[in-house]
Amino acid sequence: MVLMKTETSRREALALAGIAGLVALLAPRMSFADAAMVDAEIKKLYGDKKFESGKVKLDVPEIAENGLVVPITIDVESPMTDADYVKAVHVFADGNPAPGIVSYKFTPACGKASASTRMRLAQTQNIICIAEMSDGKLYSTKSSVKVTIGGCGG
Amino acid sequence: MSVKPTPRVRVPTQAKPGELLEIKTLISHEMESGQRKDASGKIVPRKIINTFTAQFNGKTVFEADWNPAISANPYQSFFYKASESGEFAFLWKDDDGSVYESKHKLTVA
Repeated sequence: MVLMKTETSRREALALAGIAGLVALLAPRMSFADAAMVDAEIKKLYGDKKFESGKVKLDVPEIAENGLVVPITIDVESPMTDADYVKAVHVFADGNPAPGIVSYKFTPACGKASASTRMRLAQTQNIICIAEMSDGKLYSTKSSVKVTIGGCGG
Repeated sequence: MSVKPTPRVRVPTQAKPGELLEIKTLISHEMESGQRKDASGKIVPRKIINTFTAQFNGKTVFEADWNPAISANPYQSFFYKASESGEFAFLWKDDDGSVYESKHKLTVA
């Protein structure tokens, strides 16, 4: 009898904890960036300049199990000589609390315009990568990442 | 919680002229995003490393501006084309103003 009683209360407690958890999950906690905010950020940098496709390779996993640590590799095709090199690369995400992820500045001394890091993604979203060449040409690419467990807040 | 960040860098010590080197860096840092709330519901203030710079013989060769979207214990890899002997200096700039530094010699022959 006593045993059954404790078991019930434990079950109730668990159920309550479950509901509390669900409520916490569903309650709006923070605002997220969207595609328009990413566009605004890009406009701030480059105005209304046109983007070409190609040259930029963005390597991200199709599905990220843990949004806290998502590997990302950027590779831009360029001879990296003093006359022709990649000046800058900017990476944005359209579903994080803020659109910016990382900005790189390359020099011809790099020999290769490639960099890897690890990022946080709050939810499933698109990653947008822009490369600025030394001649002023802009290239962009986009890739979507499915996130199973978001990496934001706690 | 706040331990002094320790940089770890993997970079060759010797290279041939024109050789492409991959440099891998890692630094222990919580990269507090400024989005998280503590147990009492207060927002934990942002504290991240906002800039990583790689210099060779005092000249900047690569720079990364990190946002709060960069994971804790940030990892960064990039390339460098060896041309002359000298010294690498890797600098991590913290939001609180401190700079963590790591230096590595490179012999080109």
